[in-house]
Amino acid sequence: MRRSMVVVAILAVSVALILSGCQKSASGTIKIGVAGAHSGDLASYGLPSVNAAKLVVEAVNAAGGIDGKTVELFIQDDQCKPELATNAAAKLVSDEVVAVIGHICSGATKSALGIYKDSKIITVSPSATTPSLTQSGEYPNFFRTIAPDDAQARLATKFIKETLGLSSLAVLHDKGDYGKGFAELVKQYAESEGIRVVLFEGINPGAPDYSAVVNKIGNSGAAGVVWGGYHPEASKLVQQMKDKGMSLPFISDDGVKDQTFIEVAGTYAEGVYATGPMDTSSNPLAVKAVADHKAKFGDEPGAFFLNAYAATLAVVNAIDKAGSADYDAVVKALRSEYVETPLGRISFDGIGDVIGFGFSVFQVQGGVYVELK
Amino acid sequence: MDFFLKLFLSGTAKGSIYALIALGYTMVYGIVQLINFAHGEVYMIGGFTALIVGGLLFSSGMAVPLVLALSIASAVVFSAAFGFTIEKLAYKPLRNKPRLSALISAIGISMILQNFVLLAQTEKYLSFPSYLPELEFLRPVREYLNSTQFIILVTTATIMVALTLTIKFTRMGKAMRATAQDKHMAQLVGVDINGVISLTFIIGSALAAVGGVLICSYMGQINYYIGFVAGIKAFVAAVLGGIGSIPGAVLGSFILGWTESLGTGYLSSDYEDAYAFVILILILILKPDGILGKNQKQKV
Amino acid sequence: MERNKLLRDLRSSAIIAAWFSVLLFPLLVMKVSVTGGQALVRFRWERLPAIAVAAFVLSFAWRRALEWNEARGDKPSGSGPIAALTVKARSALALRPIRLTATLVLLAVAAAYPFALGMYHTNIMITALIYVILALGLNLVVGLGGLLNLGYAAFFAVGAYTYGLLWKYAGPAFVSAGLDPGWLFWIALPTAGVLAAIFGALLSLPVLRLRGDYLAIITLAFGEIVRMVLQNSGEVTGGATGISLIPRPWFFGLRLPPRQAATYIYYIAVALVALTVFVVRRIEDSRVGRALEAMREDEIACEAMGVDLVRNKLITFSLGAFWAGIAGVLLAAQTTYINPDSFTLWESITVLMAVVIGGTGSIPGAIGGALLLKLLPEYFRPLAQYRMLIYGIAMILVIIFKPDGLLPRNRKKYTFDGSPSAVGAPVAAGDQEARR
Repeated sequence: MRRSMVVVAILAVSVALILSGCQKSASGTIKIGVAGAHSGDLASYGLPSVNAAKLVVEAVNAAGGIDGKTVELFIQDDQCKPELATNAAAKLVSDEVVAVIGHICSGATKSALGIYKDSKIITVSPSATTPSLTQSGEYPNFFRTIAPDDAQARLATKFIKETLGLSSLAVLHDKGDYGKGFAELVKQYAESEGIRVVLFEGINPGAPDYSAVVNKIGNSGAAGVVWGGYHPEASKLVQQMKDKGMSLPFISDDGVKDQTFIEVAGTYAEGVYATGPMDTSSNPLAVKAVADHKAKFGDEPGAFFLNAYAATLAVVNAIDKAGSADYDAVVKALRSEYVETPLGRISFDGIGDVIGFGFSVFQVQGGVYVELK
Repeated sequence: MDFFLKLFLSGTAKGSIYALIALGYTMVYGIVQLINFAHGEVYMIGGFTALIVGGLLFSSGMAVPLVLALSIASAVVFSAAFGFTIEKLAYKPLRNKPRLSALISAIGISMILQNFVLLAQTEKYLSFPSYLPELEFLRPVREYLNSTQFIILVTTATIMVALTLTIKFTRMGKAMRATAQDKHMAQLVGVDINGVISLTFIIGSALAAVGGVLICSYMGQINYYIGFVAGIKAFVAAVLGGIGSIPGAVLGSFILGWTESLGTGYLSSDYEDAYAFVILILILILKPDGILGKNQKQKV
Repeated sequence: MERNKLLRDLRSSAIIAAWFSVLLFPLLVMKVSVTGGQALVRFRWERLPAIAVAAFVLSFAWRRALEWNEARGDKPSGSGPIAALTVKARSALALRPIRLTATLVLLAVAAAYPFALGMYHTNIMITALIYVILALGLNLVVGLGGLLNLGYAAFFAVGAYTYGLLWKYAGPAFVSAGLDPGWLFWIALPTAGVLAAIFGALLSLPVLRLRGDYLAIITLAFGEIVRMVLQNSGEVTGGATGISLIPRPWFFGLRLPPRQAATYIYYIAVALVALTVFVVRRIEDSRVGRALEAMREDEIACEAMGVDLVRNKLITFSLGAFWAGIAGVLLAAQTTYINPDSFTLWESITVLMAVVIGGTGSIPGAIGGALLLKLLPEYFRPLAQYRMLIYGIAMILVIIFKPDGLLPRNRKKYTFDGSPSAVGAPVAAGDQEARR
């Protein structure tokens, strides 16, 4: 009696094991991870990419999936902290994802990439702009749908020199990886172009008041202000500058080239320059993506939404074109195939930087970003 | 000299912003000796409530001054209600327990409120429409002090005076001071300490809400995370001035604002917070109980 | 009687449900979005009944739970099935063979862990073990010395950056000399500990006269200053960009794939935790430990008894910082990348939470608290965006129902045994009192 119970139990356990084993190998889904800051102070940059990936995957699955396989998302939070990013990465590896959309912050991306690289997982970041991620050649599995900081900084400097003709600059940044990186590059390029940088300082992100540093800008005699960082601080800066009656040209990066900036800064945003990917707003796919977001989540999409949307589309397309989720085939497809995205027709070059959407300078005119030709 | 004046005034404005949050903070702090990490969150909720109510009223076509009054009123009421509820839920059960336990509870509440607003509202930065009037007489000197900064400064001063008088001269204020000194003894002489503590939280949270509305109007934006930074600054200011001292909190806030502003102006804003912290360390070395704190006698 | 109570409870639950429906109305039912500087409000009425029902049920459960907790608290701590079990377990553990077996089982489980559960679980366990070391270190300061430290992450940073900078500056020389840069880990480990201890001593100088929250705020300031220096001295520390590609610890010259590397670091972490526990226990029972405890209880009485407070505070901060330095090196080796974002005030708070939730002053408490605090959010990952909300709720529940911590400190008790054999013993009553 007792022995038969044991036999039954062993049988049950082994059947369960086999079943669970089968489930793993025979599951007909393609797994894609989404990682970034989904809680904590930087969640506003990470959560829009989750929404973007959800929208793309929903559309793909509604259209029958990739080669009949549905796409499944695995969403992991790293709070933009390096040590949590390695945990999120390890989790995604154990979930057996084939590609990851993320991470959001360059620092977190760096610490996660080592794990993805060794596990042969493709990583497409919508927002990590540190030049070394691609240019060091350390990470063949890394791609991004955003231009590296140096490309933007070069463009911004050229614009300042040739179009605006400024002779001195105040360069401010938010002390972060992204903002400070951009600011330092602008400073470097500007000085080699003969523009004087009269002020170079970091300010505390999240502080309620920047009037002291605004006073300092006024005192420094700078002819223009360059901001490296994100839009919440940018809108406080332009607001407090204009309140003090200062009307210096304000030039910034694609962290500011975001509709949210205009929403938040309102009329203060008028006249602000920012570098960013070309005419995304008129792109029919971008219009559709934004409309879908409104329909599903009830409001306007946030930062890096279109970049993440493009990243997901590129991954889905590459898997489709490669005909399988095999790492080498998908990498090859990412590098060779062009795909229509809200950012335009894009592909990736040999080191993983995006090709196909140029950058240009925008200015806020009448409440929208207008591309300056 | 002109540059100094500008920096000094922007430091004053910044200090009054900190003070607005620190006032409520130090009240709660003085009475229950709790580092109330959730205070910043209540301030954030005040701002959100004002944004929501104000938006609703404004789109219904109400006049701007009325919208302003009603949105501030609703922010005050709801924040006070939040403060009251938080105290009953998370702090009261821990009142006679180790002090650090209440601190953990406060951190937990802070986490909950932040993520609650993140989930219930949005993760994005929202524009905060200013319903505050533009004071015409300040227009010529707006390089030095603008209208919103002036309103914040006046509000801070008014609240400070009103609170000090309340605590000094009313019956309730007396009860508060008694509770702050010795809860058991106060209870023995007939003070309803539960009532006093609840009231303290209500007043403190209401002040946080006023701060929320004014400061968000000044910044022109709001986000679920603005409370954390504000809470830390208020904590620093309150301790600097002397725990539980109302004028101390204001003075501490101004010292913080001036140091940051002058440090930024003459040195570099890279180390903005560091200047404030260095001053803090120096002051506390010289006066270990804060600037206006009472030197507490130790009994053995 | 019972029925009356139930009715009363139901009525107050109804009141509370109404209260919460009003309280949460603006934030939960209304949703604001701002377009063109104009706030628009959308109503989500379907949520209102859900709030009311949830508040009703939860308030009912909450009240009952609090009552139960109250009733539990009144009982002497020697009764009840769980207490009896712990007593039994304690007395069983006092027996040498049982203690040996238990230790062996624990070791076997710890050794088998990475193989049984895979890389993800190994990785999160490494993070948790790093926090165990941190919590044990902070426990010396907060639990034993009674000094509230909110700048503990600074020492953690000192440790991590010791390894990072060593790699950045000495690494190339190592590689060109044909040595494996992984050796740097073993050099950094003791160096970081000592450096962090020196920083700890430095911090203790300005705080000698301060108490309570004044002390807390100074340590907070210190932590933030250290982080700002790291962030702003870009030429030396890499600033916000941090230091990347830090080598993993040397392992017979092999470059391990990530899974094996994680397992290897895991074992190092386990060994370091064991070392920490061993040393910390010895410290507690040492002369210094006793003096610290006396200082926590009463500084003035302690000084009057001839205990050197200055020296003691210096030692406390140094000892606590030492372990943070060690943990920092481990963090750098695990993530292979460090930047100042890992050492914010929030990190200090997390470690403090681990100590308090585990039970201030208790070694098993610090271990349990750190494991709980770091593993729980990982296990909450399936909850997606509700993760941190639930985590906050869990923290509050734990601290309200176990305000002294999950595994509170079991302080040594010496009871007077009146049996004839003991009467003649030279242990005087006063001596027992002092050792209690």
